[in-house]
Amino acid sequence: MDLTTSDDQQALQEMISRFAADRFDIDTVRAFGEPGGFDRAAWAELAELGTFGIALPEDAGGVGLGTIDAVLVHEALGAGLVPGPLVAATLAAGLVDGVIDGSVVPAVLDRPAHGPVVVEHLRDADVLLVVDGDGVSKVDTAGLAGTVLPHPTDPVTPVTLLDAVPTGERVAGPEVAAAWRRLGSVLASAQLVGLSEASTAVAVDYAKERQQFGRPIGSFQGLKHLLADCYMRTEVARSAVWSAGVNIDEPEPGDIDRAVAAARLMAARAATENGKTGVQVHGGMGFTWEVVAHLYLKRAWVLETQFGNPDDAAELVALKVAG
Amino acid sequence: MHLRDTPEEATFRAELRAWLAENVPKLPPEPDHTDWPGRRAYESQWQRLLFDAGYAGINWPVEGGGKGATPGEHLIYLEEASAAKAPEVTVGFVGQMHAGPTLIAEGTPEQKAHHLRGILDGSHVWCQGFSEPEAGSDLASLRTRAVRDGDHYVVTGQKIWTSNATVADYCELLVRTDPDVPKHKGITWLIMPMDLPGIEVRPLVTAHGTAEFAELFLDEVRIPVANRVGDENDGWRVANVTLSFERGTGFVGEMLDTTNLMKELVAIAEVTPKGAGTAWDDPGIRRELGQIAAELDALWAYTKRNVSAGAKGGLPMGSGSAFKLSYAGVVQRLGDLALRILDRASLAMDDVDGRPTAAQVHGRLHAFAVSLGGGTSQIQQNIIAERVLGLPRER
Ligand SMILES: Cc1cc2nc3c(=O)[nH]c(=O)nc-3n(C[C@H](O)[C@H](O)[C@H](O)COP(=O)(O)OP(=O)(O)OC[C@H]3O[C@@H](n4cnc5c(N)ncnc54)[C@H](O)[C@@H]3O)c2cc1C
Repeated sequence: MDLTTSDDQQALQEMISRFAADRFDIDTVRAFGEPGGFDRAAWAELAELGTFGIALPEDAGGVGLGTIDAVLVHEALGAGLVPGPLVAATLAAGLVDGVIDGSVVPAVLDRPAHGPVVVEHLRDADVLLVVDGDGVSKVDTAGLAGTVLPHPTDPVTPVTLLDAVPTGERVAGPEVAAAWRRLGSVLASAQLVGLSEASTAVAVDYAKERQQFGRPIGSFQGLKHLLADCYMRTEVARSAVWSAGVNIDEPEPGDIDRAVAAARLMAARAATENGKTGVQVHGGMGFTWEVVAHLYLKRAWVLETQFGNPDDAAELVALKVAG
Repeated sequence: MHLRDTPEEATFRAELRAWLAENVPKLPPEPDHTDWPGRRAYESQWQRLLFDAGYAGINWPVEGGGKGATPGEHLIYLEEASAAKAPEVTVGFVGQMHAGPTLIAEGTPEQKAHHLRGILDGSHVWCQGFSEPEAGSDLASLRTRAVRDGDHYVVTGQKIWTSNATVADYCELLVRTDPDVPKHKGITWLIMPMDLPGIEVRPLVTAHGTAEFAELFLDEVRIPVANRVGDENDGWRVANVTLSFERGTGFVGEMLDTTNLMKELVAIAEVTPKGAGTAWDDPGIRRELGQIAAELDALWAYTKRNVSAGAKGGLPMGSGSAFKLSYAGVVQRLGDLALRILDRASLAMDDVDGRPTAAQVHGRLHAFAVSLGGGTSQIQQNIIAERVLGLPRER
């Protein structure tokens, strides 16, 4: 048993964080959401780092690392607010030519049981992959009729409303679909952990600087305790997500679906609660478009719905406990 | 990172599991929560079995008489013991989690020789005399006075919330040896035999109606200087050696037992009529249970992270506080959910309708022991905010 990162894994996370900070500064991040703002050159540079093929075998063009390494990469991507269909690209990199090097941009849709068909990043995608219980289907986006919604909740995550789930060409069977659902969920959860940590860090910095009543607002216990809870939630969630990531690589110690669902619950709670705290700690500035606090929260709201929402995850864990 | 057992760990687990399966059934029925002498006898009997089998002091170093298990083996031990419903460590807690490890780290050879074996084989029970009526969260402001008189300290003062004091043989006692220096610098750590003249133990009844802790009134108790652990006035540092040990894995066994309590609650919900079906058919109840179970799973993963980090070089700052803060929250939510499921069966701390409901009501009350004892949740938040996040102190 060892649930700590190795030196190599820490270096991997640092590399992604550094790249995110350099190449995806906040203006670049925001620009991605603008119409026509998807920067394919930046996306290809991200791909060049091995980001999407991190857990694919080397003979498939990947880096040959494990799911847990992909988890660590996505944690760093989430913390950096890196935009684009990161989960979709990581899932599709082994299946659709060109995704691994960033030249083909995918979007993914986990077929909803009911409700509207809203797809993230379809606006910028070359190919749509639809996942359901029977397998994965590939849909050419050229002929797809849909409406790009003008006011996405997360300004950096464009969303398209489709009339119906499109049918495409079946490119993988049920095992791949099941694996995608697990991996997709864990990677989104990993990004949620990154968001939790980063939104807390931004709020802590602000709390140390902003003065009211002649002292930093971070000296007020009302804020201290909110921020301490943020730290707690992040670390608890990180533990669950790492554990689920390792569990995918080593299936025997536990129930993978339970681990994935528990990870989603903890990560969604951490990212949304910490995101809200981040806005609150910034006061009136937190409610402005200009201050980044809202972007962490909004991204969290997007990601917590990907490959299983918290309610479904809670239901699954409960049924597993009952056996 | 990996979670699967190494071949050595798998062997350790298999042997332990077989041993537990053979030995747990040898125990008599567990005494009532209110019967502390009975609990002492019961736990001591179990501890003796562990000792004879070589499982006592599982994570203590070998030179202290322990098994010197790897962190992985330690967690396997906690996991298997809980799964086998082996007795919880309650009266043995202070000896095994505080006093023993402190003596191993800081005690004299004579102190080690005299005390460690008794803790390991269950014949010595310890209690912790740290808190005082005026020194709870602000522990360092403690006032119990110790005045040197030749080979003895003469100790006068009062301790409170001393768990297991009514059945303890020894007390790890913090006393003030120098009142004229800053509060952290005048404290000394003493071993107090509980049968010395001048000690009065008055049971203090808890909110769940049992005398699990007590008040200690100390009136000129003469404690030999040879019972001092560490230097005079260095007791604050020694006390923190103890506390850091507790914050590592002290609550993990209890957390695993909480997981068992949760499973029992599910079984109750499945047979508790509600509406047209049972309480378990209520999605609101199921989801809350799912949230709680997920957090307990996550805390188990957090434990693995912390223990493996500890083995590699050190527990990350704040991890013990974050663990305890989270655990305190989730155990309270479990108790709240239990009251919802029990509905009017929660009106008694007795089993109702042939269901094991009493343990659930008891569990709801016990949850406060987690958010209060060993540093309250607010104190844990202060520690995280100031020492991990670096927020400015209030004063
Ligand atoms: C079940 C149980 C078993 C125990 N066993 C033992 C034992 O065996 N030996 C022993 O020595 N002690 C024991 N204790 C005592 C325990 O350590 C103290 O109760 C605890 O440290 C809190 O101190 P207090 O009760 O004086 O509360 P106080 O310190 O008076 O706190 C009261 C309230 O004020 C809050 N508060 C205090 N200071 C701050 C601050 N700086 N910032 C924000 N909020 C603050 C607290 O969080 C709490 O909500 C036990 C307690 C319990 C409940």
